[in-house]
Amino acid sequence: MTNPRTNPSRRHALKTLSLSAILLCSTAGFSAIAQERTSVKIGYVVSKTGPNAGGAGITTIPNYVLWAKEVKDAGGLELPGGKRLPIEVIEYDDRSSAEEVVRATERLATQDKVDFILAPWGTGFNLAVAPLFDRFGYPQLAVSAVTDKAPQFVRRWKKSFWMLGGGHDYTEALAHVLKQAKAAGTINGKVAMISVADGFGIDLVTAARPSFKNAGLEAVYDVTYPAGTTDFTPMINEAAKGGADTFVAFSYPPETFAITQQAQVAKFNPKVMYLGVGTGFPAYGKNNGPNAEGIMSLGGIDPKNEANAAYRKRHEEVTGKAPDLWGSVITYASLQMLQEAIKRKGLDRDAVSKELSTGSFKTVLGDTRMEDNQLRTLWFGGQWQNGQFVAIAPVDRPGATKPVLPKPAWQAK
Amino acid sequence: MKRVAAAAGLIALVAALAAAPAFLDAYGLGLMMGLAGYVTLATAWALFSGPTGYISLATVAFVGVGAYCVAALNEVLPYPLVLLIAAGIGLAVALVVGLSTLRLSGVYFVIFTFGLAELVRQLVTFYEINVTGTLGRYIFLDITPQQIYWQLLALGIVTMLLRWWIGRSRIGLALKVIGDDEVVASHVGIDIARTKLALFAISAVIMTLVGVIQAPRWTYVEPAIVFNPTVSFLTLIMALLGGATRLWGPLLGAVPLFLLFEWLSANFPNHYSILLGLLFILIVFALPKGVLSFIEQTWGKARDTDGSGARS
Repeated sequence: MTNPRTNPSRRHALKTLSLSAILLCSTAGFSAIAQERTSVKIGYVVSKTGPNAGGAGITTIPNYVLWAKEVKDAGGLELPGGKRLPIEVIEYDDRSSAEEVVRATERLATQDKVDFILAPWGTGFNLAVAPLFDRFGYPQLAVSAVTDKAPQFVRRWKKSFWMLGGGHDYTEALAHVLKQAKAAGTINGKVAMISVADGFGIDLVTAARPSFKNAGLEAVYDVTYPAGTTDFTPMINEAAKGGADTFVAFSYPPETFAITQQAQVAKFNPKVMYLGVGTGFPAYGKNNGPNAEGIMSLGGIDPKNEANAAYRKRHEEVTGKAPDLWGSVITYASLQMLQEAIKRKGLDRDAVSKELSTGSFKTVLGDTRMEDNQLRTLWFGGQWQNGQFVAIAPVDRPGATKPVLPKPAWQAK
Repeated sequence: MKRVAAAAGLIALVAALAAAPAFLDAYGLGLMMGLAGYVTLATAWALFSGPTGYISLATVAFVGVGAYCVAALNEVLPYPLVLLIAAGIGLAVALVVGLSTLRLSGVYFVIFTFGLAELVRQLVTFYEINVTGTLGRYIFLDITPQQIYWQLLALGIVTMLLRWWIGRSRIGLALKVIGDDEVVASHVGIDIARTKLALFAISAVIMTLVGVIQAPRWTYVEPAIVFNPTVSFLTLIMALLGGATRLWGPLLGAVPLFLLFEWLSANFPNHYSILLGLLFILIVFALPKGVLSFIEQTWGKARDTDGSGARS
């Protein structure tokens, strides 16, 4: 038998020793990290494949690529005190699956231990990851998410920012333009509207019904169609018969292009033509030439904003294509805000979130600041005028162009 | 003695799995959650498709129904009640579908089940557009990832036990006969339609519950998110890889495949689909009968050579 007293004391000594060893290691580790931080890790998960790849490939990915390149070219991300650190970008593909976007975000936060995470594409995916951004303490600059519930989300997730408005904002802006046109006697106040039976179309048409009603407009034709519809002739004919001289389609890009073509074939010339996603693509103006004139949609730009014009030029040079004229510029502005907030506050995510929430930033949108964690100074409506998709609504915002109504008749090709 | 040891081993394994969240970070827990989900789905799939040989692509139809039940009911009913109601709805859907389609066989059944997921998705979309006027629904439930994992684990264990029990019961025997030859089965006096229906319904209820349990993880659901056909394909591939007729087959298929998908998407995000396709081709060539029978064959051969060596 060994002396019972030596055992505990030896154990005790061992314990102390190991504990101090652990402490030593950990402090050594910390100081090593503090000294050797040679880069800033930026991660993002985005739909590079699957049904969401189309939208993500236009609004989100090119801007992330452009921004990363610009930061690299500038010698890195600037921190308080003027020191610059190169960024290391970690990118995952969620393959348009909600489960995948959640797990890959967890991977970024806990495995890759990135410093900041950029938001994914789409309303659903931004909501799927919002609890994670919140739990791990990352600010979430959700751009490609159109939602009327942003004020509630901000209360739930304090570091979330919602930057593209809600369906209601867009339909109110449109109703306002139409109301003015009706008061001026340009249109008769009867509206024919069609909408795609998918998240975007349904949200907008649901918001549009009360907006139009309150503006004294009458929806004489209101139907939904399944996503992927290619033949709109029956709907266009019905819309033409109902006596409406305003035609509204809350459509997705392929349908937006198809409706434009088929309305010309049917010689359907409403005084107001408002189409959905895709109208703000540069290709829309290019493909339709003079026939794009007068067509309205969501988004738009202030042609006199030089920062914006310079941004579009850089975007085209770096990514090989021009940005769309609605979400892209907001995505880029969100990155500028993040970059500037890091420059002011460093890599402390709490401080950066607070700065994003309360600070004022110079971006390609002009002077930008959040209101209740939302970007509210947005262009909710635009119109093709002289080959440019200019912002026309909200009508009272400085920089808004006057809408040209009625839309000129189609030109024969 | 051997059985006691096996049982003790299994209990220890379950205990270790249940205790796992204490040692894992969020990502590890996410992985375990995905694993538990797919093991359960693949086992539930094999419950019906293994013995009968009916290849079903309806998995996501039931998973989606479950998720939608949570989305529709989470604000008005307590969670356990939601689970029950969802299971009931899953059962009802399975009975309707089963009664009308289990007389189909071969490729017709495959195509029908694939269409079923799309049908359910379009019905939900139709309802949401014309009745509620919104396509996305929110799930704000205070359920932690640990709780989701434990629920999935429990469901997975129940599914395994159920499969084990069915395999030894009369209904399991009846199913084997049906799988071998339906004509013989009907002549022996087996009520083919009822047996198949019962199994199809059980398997569907389990899939529905997987959907219910996983849904709070997504916060937001819309038809395109919850009726993602990839889920059906992955479940099928996992079960087939492991061996759909064996008790442990789906598990042995789901675990390595899930980890492989994860490894590929973490390390080759831009070449995922290409590598996955190549791997599938390789798997089909190398392991046409599944992992389990491959292991048994090699094992058997090794034993045979040992035996012959001893004899000569």
